[in-house]
Amino acid sequence: MALVKPLGDLPFVRANPALRAFVIGAWLGWQIESNWARPLLFAIYAVARPLASALLLVIMYSVITNGATQEPLFAFIFIGNALYIVVSSVVSGISWAVIDDREHYRVMKQLHTAPMSYYSYLIGRGVARVGIGLTSFVITMLVGVVFFQLPIALNTINWGLLILASIVGIIAMQGIGVILGAITMQLASNLWFLGEGTIAALYLFAGAIFPLDVLPEALQPFGMFYPVTYWIELSRRALLGANAPTFHAMGAIPSETLLLILTGMALFMAIASYIVYRLSLHRAKEMGRLDMETSF
Amino acid sequence: MSAMRSAERVHKAVGASLFWRAMWARAYPRLIGTQREMGWLLSETILPLLGTCGFVFVYKATGAPQEFIGFAVMGGVATAFWLNILWSMASQLYWDKDGGNLELYIISPAPLMSILLGMAIGGFVMAAVRGFSILIIASLLFQVGYQVSNLPLMLLIFFFTMAGLYGLGMMMASVYLAAGREAWHLSNALQEPIYLTSGMYFPVKALGAAVATIASALPLTLGLDGIRQLIFTTQTDIGFLAPEIELLLLIGLTVIFLSAARYSLRKLEEIGRREGRLIERRK
Repeated sequence: MALVKPLGDLPFVRANPALRAFVIGAWLGWQIESNWARPLLFAIYAVARPLASALLLVIMYSVITNGATQEPLFAFIFIGNALYIVVSSVVSGISWAVIDDREHYRVMKQLHTAPMSYYSYLIGRGVARVGIGLTSFVITMLVGVVFFQLPIALNTINWGLLILASIVGIIAMQGIGVILGAITMQLASNLWFLGEGTIAALYLFAGAIFPLDVLPEALQPFGMFYPVTYWIELSRRALLGANAPTFHAMGAIPSETLLLILTGMALFMAIASYIVYRLSLHRAKEMGRLDMETSF
Repeated sequence: MSAMRSAERVHKAVGASLFWRAMWARAYPRLIGTQREMGWLLSETILPLLGTCGFVFVYKATGAPQEFIGFAVMGGVATAFWLNILWSMASQLYWDKDGGNLELYIISPAPLMSILLGMAIGGFVMAAVRGFSILIIASLLFQVGYQVSNLPLMLLIFFFTMAGLYGLGMMMASVYLAAGREAWHLSNALQEPIYLTSGMYFPVKALGAAVATIASALPLTLGLDGIRQLIFTTQTDIGFLAPEIELLLLIGLTVIFLSAARYSLRKLEEIGRREGRLIERRK
């Protein structure tokens, strides 16, 4: 992330206001997230939560199965949970950026009167969260491989699928994050709930920590409308290769088809995020909510 | 002058009366706020409820016995209380400092301990409404049955768990006064790690005797373990310690945390005054 600031000085970045706002948003996001503590302390904080949530699931699983961590369900739960760390970091992170700017740092007026695109800036803030989320994901996976013998090796990972699915998946997540952030701009109370509530609700439908088959039948289709479900499934397949367990109906769909659906969804989210952002900005200005300080 | 003389003399509360009235005055906005801002009640009930549903489905996926679904539901209830401790007790004085209320508390004649107790009473009521809503909704959704084997003992364990927990919250509030921007991150970092170490969603015994013993420094650990033993009687081998012993330990923890809260509040107020940090606002 230290490279981001010099990036902002590149001529083509300086010449493009949207790109400049994006780079500055990413740099600022990283500074806000990380500069309150020494690097080691920050690293401990960054991994404490995800690692604890992974171990919580490991113990719940082990209590019931007497520690059968070699079963495919274990890898399914562990990897799904680790991947969802990235999802929650990006999706709720952007709406938190809006809350921070408006309520905590009280800089909404300055940000909206400066010659920059707040939309691009928000995406930049989301990128900083991607960095934090990916760091936590890698550490959690290392713990899984070293201590719980997850069947993953560097030479068996389908890197092409993993990278491609992740780029498309992160675009979709950024889209969801910006939509939530944009709606947050319009709210006068319970600002934090939108991002956090969405993340918690979608945790149930993403097939992250349990197969979708476990959900009541009427709720199962909800997961199929959510891009994160596809990203988690594809990443799990890329990481586990032939060991990837197949539980839900989604297991029967080829990876190419899943990637195609995910790409369509990412494209839709990217366009929708811009439209929702423009509408929300207009509405927030009309209602006087843009720089409102509610102390909620 | 004559108008002033003829005005009814205002009764000024002092000593215990001042403490009592300041305590209820601080509890008041929380008690009334619960009724006025129903959106809060809804949002703070839904979040732990969704988390609880997630853990219930994990147990369902692994084919766990029905009692374990109940364990997860009890964990959801405990989550409501723990989140209240972190965000409405521990962080509160830090937020009050940020919002400019702390200096008003300090220049008023009311003892700060009464403010903290008021926060705890109001916070407990807020969290209890959410906790019991989660208990009822999740129990109905997942058809969890409870069979209380010793009601008085269970109520005593619940009472001292809450007393100890809010004592801990009061102590943390004082400690957070010394924290700057770290307060926010500290509260964030104390969520999942505490869910893990206190055995919120599984019997704490599964962590092994050494870890469970250390985790017993947290009232939630002992309280949950004791209550689970008393309401899930078909699972005989889930307890870490006998409920009676856990009650005695909880009484001890309550005394320790309340005393520590009083001491740390005085100490940190003194340090804060000396270093001029009581009214500083660092973003």
